[in-house]
Order: sequence, then structure tokens, then C-alpha cells
Amino acid sequence: MSERMTDRLAVRKTYKLYIGGAFPRSESGRSYPVTDTKDRFLANASHASRKDVRDAVTAARKAFGGWSGRTAYNRAQILYRIAEMLEGRRDQFITELRHTGASKTQAATEVDAAIDRWVWYAGWADKITTVTGAANPVSGPYFNFSTPEPTGVVAVVAPDSPLLGLVSVIAPAIVTGNTTIVIASEPAPLPAITLAEVLATSDLPGGVINILTGHRTELAPWLASHMDVNAIDLTGVAHEDRRDLEETAAGNLKRVHHPATTDWADDPGTARMTAFLETKTVWHPVGV
Amino acid sequence: MVFEYAPAPESRSVVDIRGSYGLFIDGEFVDGHGEPFKTINPADEAVLADVACADEADVDRAVKAARIAFERVWGPMPGAERAKYLYRIARIIQERSRELAVLESIDNGKPIRESRDVDVPLVAAWFFYYAGWADKLGHAGFGPDPKPVGVAGQVIPWNFPLLMLAWKIAPALACGNTVVLKPAETTPLTALLFADICRQADLPPGVVNIITGAGDTGRALVAHPGIDKVAFTGSTDIGRQIARTLAGTGKKLTLELGGKAANIVYADAALDQAVEGIVNGIFFNQGHVCCAGSRLLVQESVAEEVLERLKARMATLRVGDPLDKNTDIGAINSAAQLDKIRELSAASEQEGAGRWSPPCQLPDRGFWFAPTVFTGVAQSHRIAREEIFGPVLSVLTFRTPEEAVTKANNTPYGLSAGIWTEKGSQILWTAQRLRAGVVWANTFNKFDPASPFGGYKESGFGREGGRHGLEAYLNV
Repeated sequence: MSERMTDRLAVRKTYKLYIGGAFPRSESGRSYPVTDTKDRFLANASHASRKDVRDAVTAARKAFGGWSGRTAYNRAQILYRIAEMLEGRRDQFITELRHTGASKTQAATEVDAAIDRWVWYAGWADKITTVTGAANPVSGPYFNFSTPEPTGVVAVVAPDSPLLGLVSVIAPAIVTGNTTIVIASEPAPLPAITLAEVLATSDLPGGVINILTGHRTELAPWLASHMDVNAIDLTGVAHEDRRDLEETAAGNLKRVHHPATTDWADDPGTARMTAFLETKTVWHPVGV
Repeated sequence: MVFEYAPAPESRSVVDIRGSYGLFIDGEFVDGHGEPFKTINPADEAVLADVACADEADVDRAVKAARIAFERVWGPMPGAERAKYLYRIARIIQERSRELAVLESIDNGKPIRESRDVDVPLVAAWFFYYAGWADKLGHAGFGPDPKPVGVAGQVIPWNFPLLMLAWKIAPALACGNTVVLKPAETTPLTALLFADICRQADLPPGVVNIITGAGDTGRALVAHPGIDKVAFTGSTDIGRQIARTLAGTGKKLTLELGGKAANIVYADAALDQAVEGIVNGIFFNQGHVCCAGSRLLVQESVAEEVLERLKARMATLRVGDPLDKNTDIGAINSAAQLDKIRELSAASEQEGAGRWSPPCQLPDRGFWFAPTVFTGVAQSHRIAREEIFGPVLSVLTFRTPEEAVTKANNTPYGLSAGIWTEKGSQILWTAQRLRAGVVWANTFNKFDPASPFGGYKESGFGREGGRHGLEAYLNV
């Protein structure tokens, strides 16, 4: 008797959605095949539905009070923790990015940049108020100050850059206390779900970031029309589709962010944070 | 002994209202090609003047004049020179302040005490404040050399006609933009007087263009392809329409829309001061204020006492001739607005709220509405949800601070809110939780050019005032 040598059968990962800190399948039961650049099957991704969108908005709204109420220092530590967890899975993400067509060097560069971007935004949590707030010298006996506050629930249509682009749109939205629903890149959704595994182990409260995979043209209009969504980021929306979504978003006067083309390697600046901030001004008399 | 007030009318002789007014385009008053309309005095319904109406071709001419002025004169001009024009305008406003105040009260119906002591001084202050930014934009936190946007299309409401003009024009010009501004059709006269002030200041032609007309004129302006930026103050419904019109154009938009502000009175508040704040919050400018404190939220343990003192105070309010210096509440701006206030008030009675007004002799002619308070209002009542834009207060009660915040935030609007308590930590706790752009604590309805103003949620987006107010007019 000789032992028959066999390759061990790999255990494949099921890619699901990320809603409220859990990993549910789409309630629709639908999925779509994701392939690499040579058209080889990689995995089935969940094909989210309108109901999943609504569940994600509910989760984001539920998480908003707690997340926006945390101290800025605490949010900074959690974003930094995400960077730590991502660093630990560096090789895994390089492999995932290579499936999307990146060379080994490109993939490594992108993962490193994504980790560093979390670190960069982590540091902003307790500084953005200083930079965008003000003490206002009004002409009267009043103390008057303005502070930025998060807009609320922010819907994000992520760009096709599957990791760096994704991180670059999520981090600035949540660092200030917003909660989000993100539609991941349609052709390359798998790194987004793997990123959700990082988020789930980083002390980020469930519901702060909710990630959906599926068809953008199907899901984005439900987010644009949802009356409990306060803002929408159209970065990943094709130019010709923006007009309809903006028209829909006017229904409850969502703040709409529609940047010109972005090079994700550039210095991000503060525009993506201030796009989802409101300014609150408080007056109080001065006297004895 | 009863003291009677003697009439104390402000003289109208300081203003010279012409029989008809044209459009102010490229530094000249020109005829409009729409159907002219009449502006009336809401206090006696007397016709004040015929006013030109801009049609699409007129709007186009105004936008082209603004474009040429932007490219050839105002855009390239050094900020320090723009600043001096704005300072000069501020000075002329101060010199002609009584004329502006009287004209504002005649065309709008607001008490002379308010136009004289609030509106016009703030107008001058707004130009003076933004004048100083014109040559300091590189220090404003928008990069070392921020650029203007171009031609701004601006549409303003009738409640603070000249002040809203200042909020729009002063920052736009300071940043190097040129403007086409449409005042409301019921209150065009002070904007047209401002056009004369621009000429007096030798402001280059085309930098400020004032076009008059109603909704069609406004629609033509915001939809004009030659406009780079739209700024609107008015109702949430029109704001939505404008947002839809601009969808997909990539143009900058700021919206200052409706409100249904909560004015929260905690049991430990200084009640007499709070009552003054409640009165100021809802009866200032006849309640024609987007940030009016139209929902009083009073803690249950002091509700009866507050209501008693409020009613006593309301009984002393003097309703009548806007030009009388003793008048507290002037005329409702238009018949249409009066109808809206009456309709919503009647609906509130039908829904079961208790209605009360002090005994109050209203003039026979003109548009008037007595100061009114509704008690027993539920959150589901229309009067607790819809902006009334009139001198009508809804009273609701609460038991805990958490309940106060929940009720205050239970509205699609988020423009302003008030807090009355003697406890500092409670002020800050409450202010943090209110989803509103302006929070007045132990005061109400205060405005200043150095202080950013604007809404959360469906009260619009963008800020006017302060450093924040520059962003809308810079290409950043």
C-alpha cells in the first residue's frame, strides 16, 4: 500500500455583503460571477437588491448617533487600527489585486498606499474641526463659534480602483463621524468584501461602513432617492448617469459630491471631508 | 392710569419713488420685454410703482453684460481695488440708510424700527465685512490663490429684501465674481435703489445687474447656460426645483431654504428673558423669517407659567403702521402670504389645537394678521410640520432633555434652533444634539456678517457669512 499523494482541495471563500457589522447574502438570493482579466472564474459576488440597500441605510442610520458621538480621538484610533489590520493582510490584498490585473509591483504599491491613506485620515479626526471651525468676532456682546459636524448617512458609489480608490472615498466620509453605504466596484468587488473583514476586526462599530456589491445602475438610484440618506458621492458613477441621479437626489436636497477625475495617488486634500460636513454656529450672550 | 401712545410716524419725504422702474443691466436702467407688474404697499394696498419684467432675452442680456464685466474688468481687477469699491458702497448705504429703511418698510411692510435698526445696519456691515476679504482671499484657507467662479445668478426672497441682496452680492463681488440678481416680485424697490447706489459708487457697468420679474424670470436666470453659480434663498420647494434644474451641470449651488425651528425652554431658564426671546423668535418681521422660532418646546413643569407670561407680553405688542416708530408688528407682505397663514391656522384649529390672540385692532386696508399662539399642538399637526412664515407660534411641551432634542429634530428642516437655560453644560449638551445650522442659546434671531448662517437637511446647503461664506463664490 502506498499513500496516494493528492493536492489538498482549497476551501473557497463565499463573498457576501457587509451590513450592520454582519455578512449576509443578498436577500434576493442573487449573485454574479466575477472573473479575472483573463476571464477565469474567481468567485460569485452577491448581487444586492433594493431591499439590501434599505437594510444598509437602516444600519447606517442606527450607527450614526453612536459613531458621531464618539470622541475624535477614539475615531482616530479606530481608523489607525484599520491600517494595522490591513498591514497584517498585505499579502492577501496583493493577491486579490493581482486578480484584477495589477502587476505584482503595482499591487504592492496600491496596498501600501491604501494602508498609508487610512493612517493619513486617522490623523485628521481630531484636526479637521480646528481647520474648518471658527470663533467669529460678531459686533455685539455674544460668544459665537462655528464647528463642523457630520452630514449624517452618506451613500458612496465607489470608483473602479478596487482598493486605493475605495479606501480614498470611505475614509474621509467616516473619519468625521458620518456613516456610509458603499456600492463597491462592479467589475472588481472582491477586495471590497475582503476589506470588510478588516473593518469587522478593527473595533469599527457595525453599521458605520456598509458594503454592497452588485450593479451600480440598479442600486445607485435607490440610494439617490432614499429619504433617510443625507448625501451621495457619485465618484464611481459614469458621467452620463450623473444627471439623473442628481435630479433624484434633489428630492430631499442631498449634498451631492461629484469630483472631476481623480488620481488616487495624489495628495487627497480636505475636500472629501468637507463635502460631508455641515457647519453649526452657536451664539450665546456675554454678560454678568 | 393708562398711557396711550401718540402716533410717531417716520417721514416718507426722504424717499422718492418713481412711477416706473426698468431693469438695471450693464450700468443702465433699460426697458424690460415682459409684462410690467405693480408693486404695492402691503400696509394700505396703494400702488407704489410699475416695475419692468425681464423676459428670457432680457435675462440673456444681463448675463452677457455680467460675463463681459467679469472677463474684462472685475475678474482681472486686483482684490485691493475691488475692496475699495465695496467699502465705498458700504459708506453710501450708511449715508442713505434712512432712505433705504423707509423704502424697505413701505415696500415690504416691516416696522421701521426693524428696517432702521436691524436690516439696513446689517446691510452696510455685510459690505464692509466682505470688502476686507477681497484682498485677503489667499489667507482664507482655500489655497494660496483662489479664483472667482464667474457669473453668479442670484434669486432672493421678499422677507429681508435688501439684507438678502447684501448676503448675496457682497461675498460674490469680494471674490471677483459679477452678478445678475433677481429680487422678489413683491419687494423690488430697495434692490433698484441699490442699483442707483452702484452707479453713485462708480461701480463698473455690468458688475451688478438687477433684473425684476416673477417666477418665470427666476427660472430663466437659474437655467441660463451662461451662469456659473446659482445662489437662492426661498422656499424648500423652489430650492428642490433649482437643484433639479442644475443636476448634471456641475455648477455650484447654494440654497438657503425653509425652517421650522424649535425654541426650547428648560424649566430653569430665566423666564422673562425667555419670553422676550420667544416673542422675538416668532414675531420679529411678522414671522416672515426662515429661521423663526415657530415651534416653542417648553418643559412641562413651567409650561403654564411661560404661557401666561407670554400672553401678557403678546397683549402689549403693537400691530399697525409699519412707518410708526412704536410699531412692533407690521403688515403681512402680500395677499397670497396672508391666505397661506390663514389657511394653515384654520387647519390647525380643525386639527384640535387651541387658538389665542390678544385683543388687537387691525387696520381696515392692507394685509394684517394678529399675533397668534396655538396650544395643545401635536407633532403630527400641520402647524408643527409646515413652515407658516407668519406671526403664529405653536406650543408643544416636553419632560426630559432627550425628549426635547428628539422633538426638536423631528422635522425635515434644520436651519435654526433656540435653547433657554441657565445651566451652561445643558446648553452645550443640547446644542451638540440639535441638527440645525444656527443655534441661539439664551438669545434668538441674531445675525452678523462674521457669523456663518445656513441649514442642515432640507433647509438647504452652503453657508452665508464669515470665512465660510467665501467658499460658494470661489472656484474651490
